[in-house]
Amino acid sequence: MNIHEYQAKELLKSYGIPVPPGEVVYSDRAAARVAEELGGSRWVVKAQIHAGGRGKGGGVKLANSVGKVTDLADQMIGSTLVTAQTGDTGKRVHRVLIERASRIDREFYLGMIVDRVSQKIVVIASAEGGVEIEQVATERPDAIHTEFVDPGVGLLDFQCRKVATAIGLANRAASFTRLLKRIYRLFRDKDCLLLEINPFIVTEDGDLVALDCKMQFDDNALYRQSAVAELRDFDEEDPKEVDASGHGLNYVALDGNVGCIVNGAGLAMGTMDAIAHHGGRPANFLDVGGGASPEKIANAFRIVLTDPNVHAILVNIFAGINRCDWIAQGVVQAAKDLTIDVPVIVRLAGTNVEEGRRILTESGLAVIQAADLDDAAAKAVAAVAEVAT
Amino acid sequence: MSVFVDKDSKVIIQGFTGQHATFHAEESMAFGTKVVGGVTPGKGGTTHLGLPVFNSVAEAVEETGATVSGIFVPPAIATDSLLEAVDAGIQIAVIIADGVPVQDMVRTKRYLAGRSTTIIGPNSPGIITPGECKVGIMPSNIYAPGRVGVVSRSGTLNYEAVSQMTGLGLGQSTCVGIGGDPVNGTDFKTVLQAFENDDDTDVVVMIGEIGGQQEVEAAAWASQYMTKPLACFIAGVSAPRGRRMGHAGAVIAGDSDTATAKLDAIEGLGHAVVRNPAEIGDTVLRAVKEAGSGPGSAS
Repeated sequence: MNIHEYQAKELLKSYGIPVPPGEVVYSDRAAARVAEELGGSRWVVKAQIHAGGRGKGGGVKLANSVGKVTDLADQMIGSTLVTAQTGDTGKRVHRVLIERASRIDREFYLGMIVDRVSQKIVVIASAEGGVEIEQVATERPDAIHTEFVDPGVGLLDFQCRKVATAIGLANRAASFTRLLKRIYRLFRDKDCLLLEINPFIVTEDGDLVALDCKMQFDDNALYRQSAVAELRDFDEEDPKEVDASGHGLNYVALDGNVGCIVNGAGLAMGTMDAIAHHGGRPANFLDVGGGASPEKIANAFRIVLTDPNVHAILVNIFAGINRCDWIAQGVVQAAKDLTIDVPVIVRLAGTNVEEGRRILTESGLAVIQAADLDDAAAKAVAAVAEVAT
Repeated sequence: MSVFVDKDSKVIIQGFTGQHATFHAEESMAFGTKVVGGVTPGKGGTTHLGLPVFNSVAEAVEETGATVSGIFVPPAIATDSLLEAVDAGIQIAVIIADGVPVQDMVRTKRYLAGRSTTIIGPNSPGIITPGECKVGIMPSNIYAPGRVGVVSRSGTLNYEAVSQMTGLGLGQSTCVGIGGDPVNGTDFKTVLQAFENDDDTDVVVMIGEIGGQQEVEAAAWASQYMTKPLACFIAGVSAPRGRRMGHAGAVIAGDSDTATAKLDAIEGLGHAVVRNPAEIGDTVLRAVKEAGSGPGSAS
């Protein structure tokens, strides 16, 4: 789960990590009020969307007067921001963050992730702040310093000093260490997967400040992170994916035309691959999970069919914990509840497979049954080709 | 022989009296698994499915001599149950739960240091030695005893591969589901090592997915130390990019964790790769024939 920059900064602040003074607003009037309250002579207006690349996309602008703050907020709120990470459709801006502009002396990159290779939390730091870390990694890998945290003892002071030295902050090692350990504590307490402060700055007055922040949380841990879960902004997510997750389905939209309904993430990917192998293009990834009820299958059909590009639907179930008879009932129910005007190919295997096939055959539905994965993928691709002619 | 579990393995079930655990314990027992009891805190002293229920894993181990535990509890309490099994000296702990927080597994791996437990999972279908022992949720009837070792991240893709093999008369020595989570108890390499040392395994199939480098590292190890043929499939060639952990994740993982990149790397290391998941069985059959040994017998 991702959150907005302003929410991430509030979390940082609550852990004693300095951020620029500022406030999120939903209107230009409120923007002017906040700028006046903050005082000073320069402010930053930052569009709040869940995507990076905002600076280049025109979503981060400097203002030299309260009037300019008002104008910028007015322009941004309600507009659609297109950045390198939003895709061509862009993202609607509903709120902006108004901050007093910082006087920057130096910029750094500071990140923390759960690394699947070392199976540890890793600190990533670079003196090349403000640019994309991916770019730094490609062009100047030596400019990136990593520090692996032993979960038995946590992040140690000497490691923080090593990081400070590596990025040229040896003379501020003590205050940097305090800060980095606070960030680590937040990362652990809140079940983060990723925390990026880019840039992290030293101001002209010598203070360490988090100028921008991105946080990603472990969905599996949200049951024990209720305060974090409340920060979820459904407007930032694909409505179909939100709809699907509400029914216990894992759906990811793709750009092909063969709709997929599969159990298990691995087989769902395998099914997409088999379709691609036969020259077709999957329209989506969809995992119905274990113990899928007929209602769940019917919902899967409904969600897949909301994609106008879908010209055929392939149901591929290898039931272990699932039951093929329930899946078949779900297909029958979907055919009853929805208008399915595309060919449906069904491959069933595993638990109660005979019963499942019998239900489909006796339903009288024009379902194309497939013997195995290869047969299913071939029939789905052929069905799409037929629709196209 | 086989790896990790066999007909003599004494198995307990944690969360024994729960609905799912009961169902799968019954299935495992019908399969021939030597289930000797179970654990449900607070219900110690009662019996369930004709077997003793204990309050703690330590008690269950003490009373029954169990060395294997199937952990069938919800994700929120799975880590605690797992660590209890480790502390009690369980040798093979199989954790089924899908949804264990990743930082719990980071701490669990640290807790394991210096202890002898092998953790299978989480987010795993379990482990099965056909004809002998099943600790998990897989449909028993697709498996057949034989000489192919199978290790996979995904449960359903494991079923798919196994049913193709069984259909071609290729039985399995043991099938291990290491689980789909980013941080898991046992990695591919460890399972390959076990298969290499197992007299009853002739050929090994590794089924991976996009993300991470575990499969490539395991394949590199195999090129150097493994005498048995290895066939590999990586799911997700057609998967979209961008479901990674943002920029910082890419710094560690780079572009090398796509399915195609991994398949190319593994092929370059001299192993058989499968690019169409419908051809896993055929590829294994070829590997068996090329290795000069007879196909594993599916009885």
